[in-house]
This record gives sequence, C-alpha cells and structure tokens, in this order.
Amino acid sequence: MNEQVTHLEEKARQLRVAIVKTLHKSQSGHTGGSLSAIDMVTALYFHKMRHNPSDPSWEGRDRFVLCKGHAAPAQYVALAEAGYFPKEDLMTLRRLGSHLQGHPDSKVTPGVEVCTGSLGQGLSMAVGMALGLRLDQRDNRVYALLGDGELQEGQVWEAAMAAAHYKTDNLCAMVDANGLQIDGEVAKVMNVGPIADKFRAFGWQTLEIDGHDMGAILAALDKAETLKGAPTVIVARTVKGKGVSFFENKASYHGVPPSDEELPRALECLGEQCNL
Amino acid sequence: MSSMIATRDAYGETLAELGGEDSRIVVLDADLSGSTKTGVFAKKFPERFFNMGIAEANMVGTAAGLAAVGKVPFLSTFAIFAVGRAWEQVRQSLAYPKANVKVVATHGGVTVGEDGGSHQSVEDVAIMRAVPNMTVIVPADGVETKAAIRAAAAYKGPVYVRLGRNKVPTVFPADYRFEIGKGTELVAGTDLTFITTGLMTAQAVTAAEQLKKEGVSARVVHIGTIKPLDREIIAKAARETGVIVTAEEHSIVGGLGSAVAEVLAEECPVPLKRVGVNDRFGTSGKAEELLKYFGLTAEDLVEAGREMLARK
Ligand SMILES: Cc1ncc(C[n+]2csc(CCOP(=O)(O)OP(=O)(O)O)c2C)c(N)n1
Ligand SMILES: [Mg+2]
Repeated sequence: MNEQVTHLEEKARQLRVAIVKTLHKSQSGHTGGSLSAIDMVTALYFHKMRHNPSDPSWEGRDRFVLCKGHAAPAQYVALAEAGYFPKEDLMTLRRLGSHLQGHPDSKVTPGVEVCTGSLGQGLSMAVGMALGLRLDQRDNRVYALLGDGELQEGQVWEAAMAAAHYKTDNLCAMVDANGLQIDGEVAKVMNVGPIADKFRAFGWQTLEIDGHDMGAILAALDKAETLKGAPTVIVARTVKGKGVSFFENKASYHGVPPSDEELPRALECLGEQCNL
Repeated sequence: MSSMIATRDAYGETLAELGGEDSRIVVLDADLSGSTKTGVFAKKFPERFFNMGIAEANMVGTAAGLAAVGKVPFLSTFAIFAVGRAWEQVRQSLAYPKANVKVVATHGGVTVGEDGGSHQSVEDVAIMRAVPNMTVIVPADGVETKAAIRAAAAYKGPVYVRLGRNKVPTVFPADYRFEIGKGTELVAGTDLTFITTGLMTAQAVTAAEQLKKEGVSARVVHIGTIKPLDREIIAKAARETGVIVTAEEHSIVGGLGSAVAEVLAEECPVPLKRVGVNDRFGTSGKAEELLKYFGLTAEDLVEAGREMLARK
C-alpha cells in the first residue's frame, strides 16, 4: 500500500506539471481548482476506478462526473495519461475545433460521461447513473467531484435529498473543499459550512479528510465502498492552487492560466525542469 | 468608430453612478461580480450589494422580494445562468407580477470564447422575448449601454439587458438618445436594409461602407430594444428598400431575425435573410475566430447583402 501511495503521489505530481503546461499553452482556463482536485482525480483514475481507456464505453466501468466542470484540465490530463487520447492533444485545449472543450463535453471527449460546466447539475446526473446502474443490478460505482462554492446551488441539495431517499450506496460524492470561489472565500461570499453536518442531516454517510494526503484519499475511497444503505460524501480539505506556491490560496488565480513569466517558476515548484 | 469598450464595463460604471443618484437601487450577483462589473457598485455601496453565491434561482427570487418592498434591484450573472438556470424564477417571480427588477446579463453570445458551448448563450433573447411583460434590450456599444441602463432604471417593470464580454467599437455619438422600443437608422440607404442588434450593428456599418464602394446603397437599422419591437422602422425599411438582412450574435431561431420575420410577414412581406448562429451550440475558441466560424463578420454581411440584392 505504501508503495502504491508513493507511486500515486508521483503520478499526481506529473499531472500537476501537465495541468500547468496545458493551461500555459491555452492561455485560458482554471488553474486553482484543477490543482486542488488533482490528487483525488489521480486516486480515482489510477487506483480506485475500474475503467478501460481502450474501450471508453465498456459496460463494467465505474462512472466519474466532474460536477465542477471548470476543472476540466484535471480530468483531461488524467484521461490523456491513462491513454484515452494522445497527450499531445492537451496542447489543443480550448482551441477552435479541439475535442478538449473549455468544460467537459461527452459528445467529443472519450472518457467524459456527461456535459458539465454549469455548476450544481452534476450530482443530479450522478444520482441518475447510480439509480440506473442499480436497476440493471450492476455493481459499478459512481463518483462525483464537486466544488465547495458549487454547494451553494440549491440543486445540489435536491440531488443530496434524492440520493439519500433512494439509498444510492453505489454513489460516492467528493467535495473539493478549498475554501475559495471566484469572488473570494466561500465562508464570506455565502457560507456553506458546516459541510459534513449538512450532508449528514440529508441522510448521507460522511468522511472528512485532507484532500492532498494520498493515503487518506485511498482509505476514504475504500471505506466508502463498505458503507451500505446510504450514499457517502468525502469532504476533502484542500488548497486551491496546491503545488504552485504563488497560486496557493489565492482566489485571483481561479480562472487565470500561468503566464510566460510564471511557467518556469511554477514548474520549479513542482520539481520539474523547464526546458521550453 | 473610434473607441472600443466592453458593454459590461459601461454597465459597471453606470450602475455605480446610478447608485449615488437613487438610494433605492440595490444590486445582486452570483459569484461573478468581477466579470459582470457589479463589483464597481459593490465597492462604492457595500451595504446595498448582495453577493448571493452560486445560486442564481435564489438570487432572482430575492430580487423579487426586494422589489416588493420598494427597492430597485439590478441582478447580474452570465446570460446563460440568468436566463437558463433561473428561467422559471424570472417568469414567475419577476415577469408575472411585473416586478421592478432589472436582469442585466453579461457574457451573451459566442464571444464568451474559450469557455465553450456550455457558457455561450445563443438562445437567451428568444427565451426572454417569449415571456409576457418582459422588455428585452441588446445594446450595440458602450454609449448605448449607458443610456439603456439609465432607461431601465427609470422604467417601472422587469427588463432584460444582454451585454457582452469583449470590447466592441463605439457606433453611437456621445449625445445619442436611447428610448425603449425605438430603433435607430444609423446609415441611410435605398437598396437593402441591414437590421441588426448587439455587436452585429458595428459589423453592419462596416458592411454598408464596403457595399457603398460597389455602388450599393445599404441602410443600417439598429434595434436596441428587441421587445417591444419598433415595427414601424422595420416595415418602412421593407417598403423603401425591398430586401432585408438581419444580423445577431444569437440563434436565428427566436431572436431578432425571427422577430423581424414576424413583422415582415404581417405587414410587408419582402425577401429576408437571417444572419446569426444557425441553430447550433457554441464551441471553444477565441472570440474573433468564433465570429468568423459562425459567419458573423462584416464580410458575411456583405455576402448576404449581395445575395439578397440578386433576389430583388
Ligand atoms: C451555475 C453556474 N453559475 C456560475 C458559474 C461560474 N463559475 C465558474 S467556477 C465558479 C466558482 C466555483 O467555485 P467552487 O465550486 O468552489 O470551485 P473551485 O474552488 O474548486 O474552483 C463560478 C461561480 C458556473 N460555472 N455555473
Ligand atoms: Mg472552491
């Protein structure tokens, strides 16, 4: 297990590098929320989820919904690393004609299950998937990754209510609780806390972890699988911009890509030589 | 066409001015106050600014409540979320009771750019136009935006104003007088008429200049208020120039083109071509590239003008 944690930590570091390079190339997109989510995304794609990059619509696959669709770069670098499409494609992010749209688009990107980008709608779709898979008596699991600002959308709580009502224990939500949204701190813009208490009140099982502790992420994902009779939410405390010191905890880097000047410094933070 | 200014910037400035003139004005936003420019007002009048978080439906309802106790709420977010996410709240809580709320949506159309189709609203004008009691305004430039925001504040009832993300050329003189429900003839002409709205008006002015070089006299009529529509100026253009080209940064289904088609069919049927987004979703790309990709440039209008002349 320890070896696996070390392996995944290194994978996550490489994916952070890929996020930074991809966003530097596109000069448009969401850096902070991609970096805060990538450890969880790495754990899902390279450890927990059953999936088949050479057959994206394989029936046995677990499902992943990136509810906070603006963090698409985090999903795209994972999909490329897993082999869903060539890594070179990352350099076309957000370009006219690219299959890597600004927000996840299931029509054009292999490995993307549904369209997201409008916050608050993803969890509902994840609930639908969980219900449908259960109807078919499949044991596939559904993972949904939400932002903490996203929790302000009422629809999230409509979905939370439905998930608990229908006892979708094949559903695991993860909240990327980085404490920031666009206009500032979540607690100051529109407080959503205490997050775990709210989900508990809605009938969910809750786990609280450090969302950058790979061992804790894996343990929580394993634990969630054993909790029956209700959906589980993993509330993961994270740092927006994690890994690049000058992006960390800054709301102003929400939707800002690394500049030419910042790129080498960002790569250096990630322990990577810049040879561009 | 001298200066360039984004209509959302003109909005932010005007809203902050209005805040000083009328203490009933309150402003709501949904975690996009930097982008929609309501942040300018928020800085000046923090006690009259409510950031509602990422909760557009609740924002619309709250604005209706504020209006019900005598405030004059302006609420802002991207067009896709104001109209899309909270449509039935706009209909039920604002339009149905004729609430005095101004929905000022920024980031309309495909020039949203790289964020892609999920964020590019190409149907908001059609949707708002279909709602009874709603006034729908799509300014062409910064000058008109300033005037339209003032007109919306002075008008009693729900108003939808659609603004853009990027800088656009100024087409109106500083002393331009905006009136809700009135179109404007920007360029005189006798051979055909471009009837346009939003950022397409500047493109039409350029197209008219180009056509002039070819000996074609093209009229440009700007429709700043899509609803109520200036039927007279449209019918007059049809009678006097015989063919019409409409242009909008919006779907050709239900927007300005459809509104003009309705008037023409009922009052003066003449050949019409609708230039706009051809019943499809947007996509990621740079704003300028997307205008080309969707056929929304001055060259496209010149082409459409020639095509319609041939049908006379
Ligand atoms: C319905 C909706 N409203 C507004 C937006 C614009 N928007 C994009 S990201 C964002 C902030 C998201 O904050 P959070 O969920 O905390 O994400 P993170 O901090 O992980 O980036 C907003 C308001 C949107 N995408 N969808
Ligand atoms: Mg956040």
